[in-house]
Amino acid sequence: MTDAIIIGAGHNGLVTAAYLAKAGLKVKVLEGAPQVGGAAVTREFVPGYQVSSVAHLLHAMHPTIARDLNLARYGLDLKAERVSTRSLLPGGRSIDVGDAASIAALSRADAEAYPVVMSRLARMADALASYALHTPPRPDIAKMDWEGKLNLGKFAWAMRRLGRKDMLELTRILTMNVNDLAGDYFESEAVRGLLCFEGVLGLALGPRSPSTVFNLLYRLSSLGANGQGGLLLPKGGMGAVTHALAKAAQIAGATIRTSAAVDHILIENDAAAGVVLSTGEEVRAPRVVSNADPQRTALQFIGPRNLDTMFVSRIRHMRMNGCTAKIHLALDGLPEALTDRRGRIVVAPRPDDIERAYDCAKYGRVSDRPALELVIPTLSDPSLAPAGKHVASIVAQYCPYRIRETSVNEARRQIGERSLAVLEEVAPGIKQRVTAMEVLTPHDLEAQFGMSGGQWHHGEITLDQVLFLRPAGQAQDYRMPVPGVYLCGAGAHPGGNISGAPGYNAAREILKDVRARRVA
Amino acid sequence: MTAYVEHLTPFLRKTPFHPRIEALMHGSHWMRWTGHYSPAAFESVQSEYFTIRNGASVYDVSPLIKYRIRGRQAADYVNHLITRDLSKIKPMHAFYTAWCQDDGMLVEEGTIFRFGENDFLLNSAKDQLHWLEQVAYGFEVEIQEASNELCGLSLQGPQSRDVLRAFGINGIDHLPRFGILELELQGRWLRIDRAGFTGDLGYEIWVKPDDALWLWDRLFEVGRDHKIAPIGAQALETARIEAGFILIDVDYSGALHALRPSNRMSPYELGIGWTVNLNKEGYFVGKRALKREKEQGLSRYVLTGIEIEGRKPAPGSFLYADRKGRRELGLTTSACWSPTLKKNIAFARVPSAYAKPGTEMWIEIWYHKEHKIERSMVRCRAANRMFYDPPRKSA
Repeated sequence: MTDAIIIGAGHNGLVTAAYLAKAGLKVKVLEGAPQVGGAAVTREFVPGYQVSSVAHLLHAMHPTIARDLNLARYGLDLKAERVSTRSLLPGGRSIDVGDAASIAALSRADAEAYPVVMSRLARMADALASYALHTPPRPDIAKMDWEGKLNLGKFAWAMRRLGRKDMLELTRILTMNVNDLAGDYFESEAVRGLLCFEGVLGLALGPRSPSTVFNLLYRLSSLGANGQGGLLLPKGGMGAVTHALAKAAQIAGATIRTSAAVDHILIENDAAAGVVLSTGEEVRAPRVVSNADPQRTALQFIGPRNLDTMFVSRIRHMRMNGCTAKIHLALDGLPEALTDRRGRIVVAPRPDDIERAYDCAKYGRVSDRPALELVIPTLSDPSLAPAGKHVASIVAQYCPYRIRETSVNEARRQIGERSLAVLEEVAPGIKQRVTAMEVLTPHDLEAQFGMSGGQWHHGEITLDQVLFLRPAGQAQDYRMPVPGVYLCGAGAHPGGNISGAPGYNAAREILKDVRARRVA
Repeated sequence: MTAYVEHLTPFLRKTPFHPRIEALMHGSHWMRWTGHYSPAAFESVQSEYFTIRNGASVYDVSPLIKYRIRGRQAADYVNHLITRDLSKIKPMHAFYTAWCQDDGMLVEEGTIFRFGENDFLLNSAKDQLHWLEQVAYGFEVEIQEASNELCGLSLQGPQSRDVLRAFGINGIDHLPRFGILELELQGRWLRIDRAGFTGDLGYEIWVKPDDALWLWDRLFEVGRDHKIAPIGAQALETARIEAGFILIDVDYSGALHALRPSNRMSPYELGIGWTVNLNKEGYFVGKRALKREKEQGLSRYVLTGIEIEGRKPAPGSFLYADRKGRRELGLTTSACWSPTLKKNIAFARVPSAYAKPGTEMWIEIWYHKEHKIERSMVRCRAANRMFYDPPRKSA
């Protein structure tokens, strides 16, 4: 008999599967796609050219999980070189965050301030991230178990250790907008623009929207001790990460079945009894763990008829407005500005450029001039394209899921064309090098990877949607209202990125229930 | 001139029966009910009360808020909304039920009419469209407010059936309690259901607004020999307390309108746990919380009936376990002297251990006596809240 079914072989589902299997449970992972990985896959988008379909930079994979699951042994090289970020500016100039001289060319003060400010922000982010591998506290502390209280105590201590000045600064900036923060610390538009870009990445918010500093800290938290200490381009693309996780899970004893799409969760006597596949086949188990986002999990898999109304409303109103498109270019060569750019490239020269890009999205339009993040993975891993050819992987913001007076096809064409036009300005000649292009709008991401709203964090990372409010108040402990149903994906704390942390935390909570025999 | 006082112009709506009610009103005993003029009393509350218990009383229930619920999955929807088991309710029957929030706290209780498999009318005291639509997510159902489409009179009392018989309603003798009858009379559409808020034999008669005055006039014409008389809310209040019926904003705060979350109450706490069917098929809103409350005994108190020594009505009075008032138990909500039972009765929130009929408690009553306020501590006993339950109610 199966002890637990995991819906979806995304990275978090595989992490949960591995931990549960290691604890001796019989685990069955059901994946709808023909391959494992969920949104962490390497796909061929035109014959001969492969690319990480959604996330393309690895930074958040929690070291504890990588170590526990022995991912290095299963082919994931986490010792690879950390790549730097370069921001391309008009007129052929650029700054590289790892190169003080490049910043000093624009502003000596910023060059001096940059490492100091960033390490200070990173310190605050690290303190916040100390909760990554813990279940969020309940609002009613009295009802928490000793472990929860201990974690809360540790968190308080981490805050305390920041010192008076930094703690005060953290409380000042936590709810702020990133544009004002950038203005507090830096004078050059180039540095401010880059900071703003980091603050809005993955959000349907602009640099002047509140909570964007929190998103910046969230991102920084995955670059420190709770992540990989920097950005890396995994060899073989993001698929390599999930392949290693799949192996770890299988060797621990989990079975993985692909092309097995779940239609809904089977509920008997108000408790999980298994799942029903889209073919009508029933797979039974007393525990069902969903790696899907909260909306799909609650509204489709469990169904509103098995849930209470206010919970359903909360889940329905989770902000899931995907705003980021993914663009893949097959290139027969690189323009001069991009040759030998092994790292991450950002095109967001000024805060106002991003704000204007957001203005379009705010009213349901694709940005006239999108802000871009780009990597050329073939520079580090030539095997992804035919010899001498290259692949560019672009994150383009903003391409809203909620579009007005624009069809999805039209939005797809617009974000592709406009992103290329912006890129052409800072890397002249790139247009002529493009031999094929794939554009994934939030609607495409939703259709192909099952992410509601095309939101790749399974719900935007804003203060009202994190910690004990993720995915909804009273549902922060990975347990869904129906006994035996759990959530292990990015829609649960601590949220998105390829971290594995939600999967890790979910496994711990499930095992608690198993030991307490709360479910069969 | 008028510009100064424009904002003082009365704005309450008049029900279609208003011309007749106004004509019979002594003084101006109006009260407000969902934004309408509604009679609190006509001339003598006492004689109106005795009309309910001895004659045939007429009360305008048009201000009730009505929602029509229809659609392919309307039955599934209603069953998800309410705590009772809908599968036990046949078409052309009305039923009393509770509906709750996620955590099992009562949104409201009231009567739902089932006309067909997927055709319902819900009567409520408060606006609920927002809640009803929230619950409707995932159901093929259409919810429409229909408050102004129908108007109705509640005809209550031992002679109410005689009035309807004289009115020419065929089949009134066979209409069971909570049954619904639709018919045409003198070319006009009528709906009659056997329900009410008095705990007596009684009916509600619904017509299109245009036929309101016709209905009123015909009823009073044929009811002359059956002690027909209009009543106001004050007389009804005594009758409904005798019958043990709870009233929103008096005995509880609806969960959607309560100012403090702790003021919300569950059906178990309100003593209407019998409307909660935890074994019915399918989930309903609040089921997990209600199940937990029942299994783990989490109810904070129960609204029980009490019979109090003496004659002084005791609304809002504290109950104690001992005569000296050292151990407080709870508070009364509704209270009155029952003219029919000749008893001093009230509803009281007390710990469930004290709700067992016959349990002795003490109650502190403050009362006016010729420009003075006096206090008395008297004995009271828990009792079945349905103080008055005549066989004719369901015969």
